[in-house]
Amino acid sequence: MSRIDVKKTYKLFIGGQFPRSESGRSYEITGADGKFIANPALASRKDLRDAVTAAKSALPGWSGATAFNRGQILYRIAEIMEGRRDQFVAEILALEGGTTKAATAQVTEAIDLWVWYAGWCDKISTIAGATNPIAGPYYNFTIPEELGVVGVIAEQKESLLGLIAAIAPVISTGNTAVVIASEKRPLPAITLSEALATSDLPAGVLNILTGKVSELAPWLASHMEIDGLDVTGVNSKIESELRIAGAENLKRIHRFNKAQSPERMLAFMEAKTVWHPIGV
Amino acid sequence: MDKSPFEYAPAPESRALVSIKPQYGLFINGAWVEPKSKTKFATINPATEEVLSKISQASDSDVDRAVKAARAAYTKTWSKMPAKERGKYLFRIARIMQERAREFAVLETLDNGKPIRESRDVDVPLAAAHFFYHAGWADKLDYAGLGSNPKPHGVVGQIIPWNFPLLMLAWKIAPALATGNTVLLKPAETTPLTALLFAEVCQQAELPAGVVNIITGDGATGAAMVNHPDIDKIAFTGSTEVGKLIARSIAISGKSATLELGGKAANIVFEDAPIDEAIEGIVNGIFFNQGHVCCAGSRLIVQENIYDELLEKLKRRMSLIRVGDPLDKNTDLGAINSAAQLAKIKELSISGDTEGAFRWSPDCSLPSKGFWFAPTIFTGVTQSHRIAREEIFGPVLSILTFRTPQEAIEKANNTPFGLSAGVWSEKGSRILWASKALKAGVIWANTFNKFDPASPFGGYKESGWGREGGRHGLSAYLKGAK
Repeated sequence: MSRIDVKKTYKLFIGGQFPRSESGRSYEITGADGKFIANPALASRKDLRDAVTAAKSALPGWSGATAFNRGQILYRIAEIMEGRRDQFVAEILALEGGTTKAATAQVTEAIDLWVWYAGWCDKISTIAGATNPIAGPYYNFTIPEELGVVGVIAEQKESLLGLIAAIAPVISTGNTAVVIASEKRPLPAITLSEALATSDLPAGVLNILTGKVSELAPWLASHMEIDGLDVTGVNSKIESELRIAGAENLKRIHRFNKAQSPERMLAFMEAKTVWHPIGV
Repeated sequence: MDKSPFEYAPAPESRALVSIKPQYGLFINGAWVEPKSKTKFATINPATEEVLSKISQASDSDVDRAVKAARAAYTKTWSKMPAKERGKYLFRIARIMQERAREFAVLETLDNGKPIRESRDVDVPLAAAHFFYHAGWADKLDYAGLGSNPKPHGVVGQIIPWNFPLLMLAWKIAPALATGNTVLLKPAETTPLTALLFAEVCQQAELPAGVVNIITGDGATGAAMVNHPDIDKIAFTGSTEVGKLIARSIAISGKSATLELGGKAANIVFEDAPIDEAIEGIVNGIFFNQGHVCCAGSRLIVQENIYDELLEKLKRRMSLIRVGDPLDKNTDLGAINSAAQLAKIKELSISGDTEGAFRWSPDCSLPSKGFWFAPTIFTGVTQSHRIAREEIFGPVLSILTFRTPQEAIEKANNTPFGLSAGVWSEKGSRILWASKALKAGVIWANTFNKFDPASPFGGYKESGWGREGGRHGLSAYLKGAK
């Protein structure tokens, strides 16, 4: 008799822990071939609020870390992912179908994207900051700072690349995030959380929920402790609804087309300008 | 103060160099037109309640006319003009504003109620400087940080408040034009006159018709702009409440927006602060422009061990504030802009009394006509008081205390707003630490209420979206890759 596989229980990633949903719910995931694959956790509003609390708690430490330090940790994530390459490829193939070549290319691009954003951590302020030549005896400079807690609705189709294209820029600048994984293809996101848990990333910087986008997204948009929202993973009709809900605390809400762009970092940063007199 | 041997003689600025028409139309497509609504409303001098002129109420169809003019100007003229030439128009406008500076200052003071000292020395020179600054950007947009060949949005609808009418116009129109957009701008209904005079400047500068359209009216006109399908971007300065309404209104249409909204700025004075400079900064922070300033330092947060000394000095300094005729060159504090605003300031101040804070104002006689409010401080304020949480937008200062630097920051950041903050200390490392910890878009360290075209301005959190001024403000009028 052939060996029976040891199947994995797929859980949420909140505050560095792997809880099941507090609701006790799960949902069924099927592969590209229509066969059963797993029963990941179906996150609830309460799980989302726990994730926001974790993200908020992690914010002072992460945004206060040096940019050099953040860059090293992002690079470390790429290192850990490199070691799990085969697992990511297998999950993408199972969920998305397609060719091994395409799945491998997606994993490669995702890992390289971490490296790209890792290198940005200690450069974005140089590019996006300024000293301003004002007409008076004052020293005046502008620096971009982290926005705070960002909600991310990851792109649904390319389950790994879409996710990393959203979260790497968000956390590279010192934000923390609450992420809703691809609803039908959440496994690479969960495997990524396992990589994150062993990559020196402080607990709570990234919190990953699996479940129904239609159920979770409105709570993400209306939560008053969330400062920004990446809506790349929803259609324009839902985006409009989220924008209306997000207006309550004037969330910065953005949709992106490119995976690799400084704009993805800058969209979730705030420019701070400081004045000080010059004199003896 | 009346009995002071050093009392100043009246020194009123002459009204003679402004000529206000009995009524105004709308400035659409380079010409004056009558509103289709055929409705006019009065704009008054808030210092005397004298009617200055009758202003047109732009209806939905007037807004539509202005949008069509702006769209045609964008498509046919403005977007095709070489950037270098576009910039020259802005340089022209800056120069004409400088030439007519005193006229603008007097008109602003008449319509708004702010002291001539401020309109003459702050509002008008800064407005002209904004055009001069942005004129130079017009042919250098490839270097604005959005990659090569960034694109304008197209037609921009701009809605501005009554506290800095001409300056807010400049903050809106100068970057929009420099980046190749065309605009329709609506000044506030209580302060339309300098915007209407600016329309004359556009004519003198021979700005192509339709590039700038000035339409007047109330909130309904603003709503028509926000909801107009052919406006690509909204730029709004005003209350957070209206800002949120706009954010909801454009959620479906997908218009871009910059919002410059309310504030409740903390002004933190540490024990090692240069105390006399700090007193000047506190006074400037809250009494500049009658406190009608979104970034006003309306929450003074003082380290406990210097509180008594600071309060005594502050009261002494406040006793020297001269309240009265805004056209008098010696006046420090002018008129409250409108009866409605005065009622709001009074209502919030009464809440301060009833919630248990202690009110103090210097002895000062207020004119019998017009809208006036004495410079006021509240002590014994706690964080839950309405006067510590809500924007009063008047000459009313709430004073709180702290013991540790961490407590100061926590109190300062304990607000949904995040527009500006002040820090007073002689210790460099403490200034930089506090500047980092404060969640606000503008930090004034050992100074307050300073503005410059090259310096980005705008808020964190519910104080708005985007920046105005500097390269950061310019980029709000451009589209790059996303």
